[in-house]
Amino acid sequence: MANTGRPLSPHLQVYKWQVQMLSSILHRATGIVLAVGSLIIVWGLAALAAGEQAFGTFTACAASPIGMVVMVGWTLAFFYHLANGIRHLLQDTGAGYAVASFVRSSWISIIASIVLTVLVWGYVLAGGHA
Amino acid sequence: MKTDLRHPLARARGLGSAKDGAGHWMLQRVTAVALVFLTVWLLCTVLSLLHADYATARATLMKPWNAVLLIAFVLTMFRHAVLGLQVVIEDYVHTRWVEVTSLVVIKFIAVLAALTGVLAVVRVALGS
Repeated sequence: MANTGRPLSPHLQVYKWQVQMLSSILHRATGIVLAVGSLIIVWGLAALAAGEQAFGTFTACAASPIGMVVMVGWTLAFFYHLANGIRHLLQDTGAGYAVASFVRSSWISIIASIVLTVLVWGYVLAGGHA
Repeated sequence: MKTDLRHPLARARGLGSAKDGAGHWMLQRVTAVALVFLTVWLLCTVLSLLHADYATARATLMKPWNAVLLIAFVLTMFRHAVLGLQVVIEDYVHTRWVEVTSLVVIKFIAVLAALTGVLAVVRVALGS
């Protein structure tokens, strides 16, 4: 930041921690994660078009331990961005700006993303070879 | 001491706005609404292919609706991603040349990736 000699506004360390800080920054962080993940989706599509061998390499990478960690992380990022994105769209209508409601919807986004990730991966793992 | 005696309005007049208005904001929301449906559809499709072999995966993608929705997903998602990354870069990168370079680079990557994705879907859909 340019040193302009102006007084700075109160920054992060001044404030008591509140969940809205987390829900706000997580939306950006998960957005960046999903943007990177989108390149992996394109890799999968290109592999599907390229042939059985290329697709085999892709699925083998996806099924490797690192691939599984990436996919679980992607799922969590996806469900958070989806849930909190819907929350933002609803707030764009002017709804849910009272502090209590804002805090509650923040928690709903966070908890819903964890629950949905557990459900999807429970389904995948219960289905056998994922 | 004021050096310019012209009225502020006279100086602003003719320079116009940023020519964009709420366009960025609105497009981010419209693509978001589309992606709510497209991503949930894609996730369900991928989960239904959990145990599918290569031929089944290709056959699923060859169905016209799946191909159309997948192309719509790829285009919408990269548009949305660029809009979002652009705001993040504008907010956090304070060195002007790094900021501008990053803004151009993410657009290049997004366009190339989107074209690659669309071409892949078209190749599978047309069976080539």
